[in-house]
Amino acid sequence: MSKQNNKPETKPMILFINEEREALFSKNNRALLTDPMDDNNPITVQVLGICSALAITVQLKPAIVMSLSVIAVMAASNVIISLLRDLIPNRIRIIVQLVVVASLVVLVDQILKAYAYDVSKELSIFIGLIITNCIIMGRLEAFALGNGVWKSFLDGIGNAAGYGFILIVVAFFRALL
Amino acid sequence: MDRDSNIYTFLFSAIMVIIVAATLATSATSLEEIQNENVRKEKMQNILSTIGIEVEREKAPEIYNNYIVEELALVSDGSIDKDIDAFTLKLNLEIKKPIKEQRFPLYLAQVDSLKYYIVPLRGSGLWDAIWGYIALEADKNTIKGAVFDHKAETAGLGAEITQKWFLDRFVGEKIFNDNDELVGISVSKTNNDPNGMDKDDNEVDAISGATITGDGVTNMIKERLQNYLSYFNNKNEIIAYQN
Repeated sequence: MSKQNNKPETKPMILFINEEREALFSKNNRALLTDPMDDNNPITVQVLGICSALAITVQLKPAIVMSLSVIAVMAASNVIISLLRDLIPNRIRIIVQLVVVASLVVLVDQILKAYAYDVSKELSIFIGLIITNCIIMGRLEAFALGNGVWKSFLDGIGNAAGYGFILIVVAFFRALL
Repeated sequence: MDRDSNIYTFLFSAIMVIIVAATLATSATSLEEIQNENVRKEKMQNILSTIGIEVEREKAPEIYNNYIVEELALVSDGSIDKDIDAFTLKLNLEIKKPIKEQRFPLYLAQVDSLKYYIVPLRGSGLWDAIWGYIALEADKNTIKGAVFDHKAETAGLGAEITQKWFLDRFVGEKIFNDNDELVGISVSKTNNDPNGMDKDDNEVDAISGATITGDGVTNMIKERLQNYLSYFNNKNEIIAYQN
């Protein structure tokens, strides 16, 4: 009994330390951010999201806006799924992921239409097609469902930035040509 | 609660759907005004560009009234319906009505001392609606300029109808043939006039791979313009009478 009584006093401490043991930008966490830029790039190494990468890289500006949109959708959906990961019923998890991504994409589309009308016209259907970008669903399924919020956020930013980086580099040269 | 139970799954999806619907509905309604404003400015920008006035979208409303002197809503018999604001007339709804109930917007523009008639167009492309504006010179025959837009034509193929190189082919073309019949402008695959030198054949070169979108443009121009004939003819008589 006495042991059990003692535990509640120390346990919160340990729990707290456990969670915070890893610094915000520890080596592991930084790897989450930088790996997809290089060793594990979603486009060049994992060969995901090719279709949109080819379609939107004709000019630089749409490529940049597309990258930013994907970063926003990716980070937000990763965070939301990670927050809900203990609540999502296993059997409908793919549907839940789709709903989260789809609503975020609609939001982005609405905002672009209001504040970046010309670019949104140029991107037209490709904003809507972010939903079907395998990078996003892939990261949700493979990472956000099993990891904490902060890590998922970094992973989302990292992967989307890896995608965006390639997009912008390709667009830069295509715009030159 | 058991996360794999049916009840939990149903509850979860119900709550999720409500939250998502509420979020999206809020964002859609709160941004609607800004979006509509963008569309309105773009419409002014498009109308101005048919008469050769190129202006940024943001500045279009300022100079719009300098050039567009009148906006008319026409009835199919050529008379003017004064109760209707032609600018806010929604062509996508009008086009579904019977001809007699439709109102046809017409914009009268004046640049320096030259008069132009700007006719809004709307038709169907391959996937969805296409629309545009076409400006006629004072002879109501020669095209001063055109602008087209689309909702969902294929990027790189049908979507090219918005491009300047395609629009430039329409400049100077005639909508009436030698017998004074309205034939519009055919977007033709057999035109064989890549530089658009022949302005009297009522044809412009089509875009490869965009046959159906091109046919849509052809049909849209003819279908819309024929509704303005009675007004144009009327006006001829009036002008002749006055002279």
